[in-house]
Amino acid sequence: MAITSPERRAWWNEPVERVELIWIAVALLWGLFMFFFMIAWHFIGGQNLATEAYKVTPSAYQEKVDAFAEKYQVGDEAGTPIVRPPAGVDIYLLGRLWQWWPVLELEKGQSYRLHLSSVDWQHGFSLQPTNINIQVHPGYEHVITLTPTESGEFGIICNEFCGIGHHTMTGKIIVVDKKAETK
Amino acid sequence: MSTFEGALAATRERVANFRTCQFTGLRVDIAAQRLIIANAVAAVVFLAVGGLMGLLVALTRWPAVHLLPAEWFYLILTAHGANVLLFWIIFFEIAVLYFASAVLLNSRIAAPKTGWLGFVLMVAGAIITNIAVLQGESTVMFTSYPPMMARPHFYLGIILFAVGALIGVGLFFATLVIARAERTYEGSIPLVTFGALTAAIIAVFTLVSGAIILIPTMLWSMGLIRDIDPLMYKLVWWAMGHSSQQINVSAHVSVWYMIGALVLGAKPLSEKVSRGAFFLYILFLQLASAHHLLAEPGISAEWKIVNTSYMMYLAVLGSMIHGLTVPGSIEAAQRRNGFNRGVFEWLRKAPWGNPAFSGMFLSLVMFGFIGGISGVVLGTEQLNVLMHNTIYVPGHFHGTVVAGTTLAFMAGTYLVLPLIFQRDIIWPGLARIQPYLFGIGAAGISMFMMGAGTLGVARRHWDINFTDAVIGFQHSPGAFLMMGLNGISAILAALGGILYVLIVVGTALFGKKIVPGHKMVFPLHSAARVVSKYGSEGTIKLPGTIVLVTIFFLSFVLYYFVNWKYLSDLWQFR
Repeated sequence: MAITSPERRAWWNEPVERVELIWIAVALLWGLFMFFFMIAWHFIGGQNLATEAYKVTPSAYQEKVDAFAEKYQVGDEAGTPIVRPPAGVDIYLLGRLWQWWPVLELEKGQSYRLHLSSVDWQHGFSLQPTNINIQVHPGYEHVITLTPTESGEFGIICNEFCGIGHHTMTGKIIVVDKKAETK
Repeated sequence: MSTFEGALAATRERVANFRTCQFTGLRVDIAAQRLIIANAVAAVVFLAVGGLMGLLVALTRWPAVHLLPAEWFYLILTAHGANVLLFWIIFFEIAVLYFASAVLLNSRIAAPKTGWLGFVLMVAGAIITNIAVLQGESTVMFTSYPPMMARPHFYLGIILFAVGALIGVGLFFATLVIARAERTYEGSIPLVTFGALTAAIIAVFTLVSGAIILIPTMLWSMGLIRDIDPLMYKLVWWAMGHSSQQINVSAHVSVWYMIGALVLGAKPLSEKVSRGAFFLYILFLQLASAHHLLAEPGISAEWKIVNTSYMMYLAVLGSMIHGLTVPGSIEAAQRRNGFNRGVFEWLRKAPWGNPAFSGMFLSLVMFGFIGGISGVVLGTEQLNVLMHNTIYVPGHFHGTVVAGTTLAFMAGTYLVLPLIFQRDIIWPGLARIQPYLFGIGAAGISMFMMGAGTLGVARRHWDINFTDAVIGFQHSPGAFLMMGLNGISAILAALGGILYVLIVVGTALFGKKIVPGHKMVFPLHSAARVVSKYGSEGTIKLPGTIVLVTIFFLSFVLYYFVNWKYLSDLWQFR
């Protein structure tokens, strides 16, 4: 019994029942499959989080984002600049208490190198309703090559607790179709 | 070894005072019994406090109720995490460790006075941290990620608690040494003690990790250290935060085996397989801190894949093995008890009216289906991006820690009360329904939070309407429905929790004293006496268990691939 010592002192020599052996084999193989599937997705999948990252001071990052926003600003939403960079360039998003800054306007099907960092506490980049969630750290600049595959307006909310205004921290990414733009 | 010998020497003078248990034949050291009672009582107190806080959190996150103001919500949420995830569970685990060493091995406990010192440190630490949070300047969540800073005594309380718990774990090891030296048992230690040993070894790793990161963080909060790197903090903190959940897994699997043995006379199918599964935990569960670094910048994919999978899912293999051997040993025992008809008579005619059994079996099923499967999916390198930091995450760990560990410990309490407190359960009618009420509530909480997380709802978030946000955002109606259902489930779970606390307190104070010849309201199996034959189960066919694990495996595979389908529909990123 489980609360008493094993009956046979050499319990490690007892034979194992077939049903247990089969289950162990099934579980082991399934585990191996799941392990190798993560590796495989790096070759067959389109969604793998970049590992490119740099150390950066908050003020240096702030300067980069400011310069970027000034260069490509096309409008304004509730005091936050709307920035429309050309396809393929480096784009910058900043998390701070309590907003995602600036609003980005991207083109569907184009790739951008998205830089993410925070200038104060940790934040959680959460793109909705697509549900892409990435942690944002102060002091680290994370570079992700992002390709929007659908158009429309997408909210960015914060899903890492960042103080009393956490639930007011939002931002926006607007994705436009190429056709609508050229007419 | 010198510490063990020291503990041995320290206790040599004490003349242990034993009683013999009339139900199991075990010799119980009264000093160990007192320590078990103290730790179990403290556990229940913190469960009551932390659980009530959990109800307040859930009622605030129910959009139609939205109970607490924002400031209080975040404060209470911080305290909720510390009280239930740390204090309730670790107090109970210390009680389990004392039980699995001193009581199950018929031994005197090592250095009971030192045990009381550990207990006092734990109580003091838990109170200090609660005070720090309630003072309002340490609303940093249970995880306390820098650069967000709490007051120094927030960290101090947790450090004291961890030191006290380490003392308890040390006593467990020392008691094993004493029992071996004094030959209080024959051969190898019982399986339940082996599982407790697994929990204790992991506990040393996690408690030391906690001290390694929280001591510098406290010094930083006092202004003595300039900077704590947020990524480094996460890596080390989660070696406590997540690996300590593996203490829970080892401990509650041990409790499953113990309940099976005491209530049904169940034997392990094979000592070798069950012990091997525990051993896999010792080798691989500590890699779990990687689960919290999958969405972070600058960590290589190779590191993530190896660690988040516990080295090719070998620790998951351990849990899947217990997933067969625990119900398998119950089926074998029930068939031996005469319930041999068809595939499922053994399960239908199981003692569903005995809260120890029903709580244990519900815990087993829900831990596997809800907590286990969602944990593997959430911990898959790429799939993590779908739910990282959404309320799916608390959904997952309420499936493991509430529906799994907490319910298993509640079930275990229905044996601890008569066997250690020596009082019989009062209100058996209410005790009968308690595990169902709590279990259904816990299952609801887990699944509805997971559902809401799949729809993008953030965890630790006061207002999913984003009323005060400059740039507005609206979640889908489904998300609101899920959060409402979560609130209703939380009420059910809270009712189950309140019943549990009332039954425990009522029984401890007013339960009928157990005297020789007493008949328990929820009787043990006759084979619970050590004089009966024990050891590995023979060759009994287990068709019911095979059906159960097949259903489990198919659900697992299906859910796994559904999530890859979701992922492949996302925007592309690399």
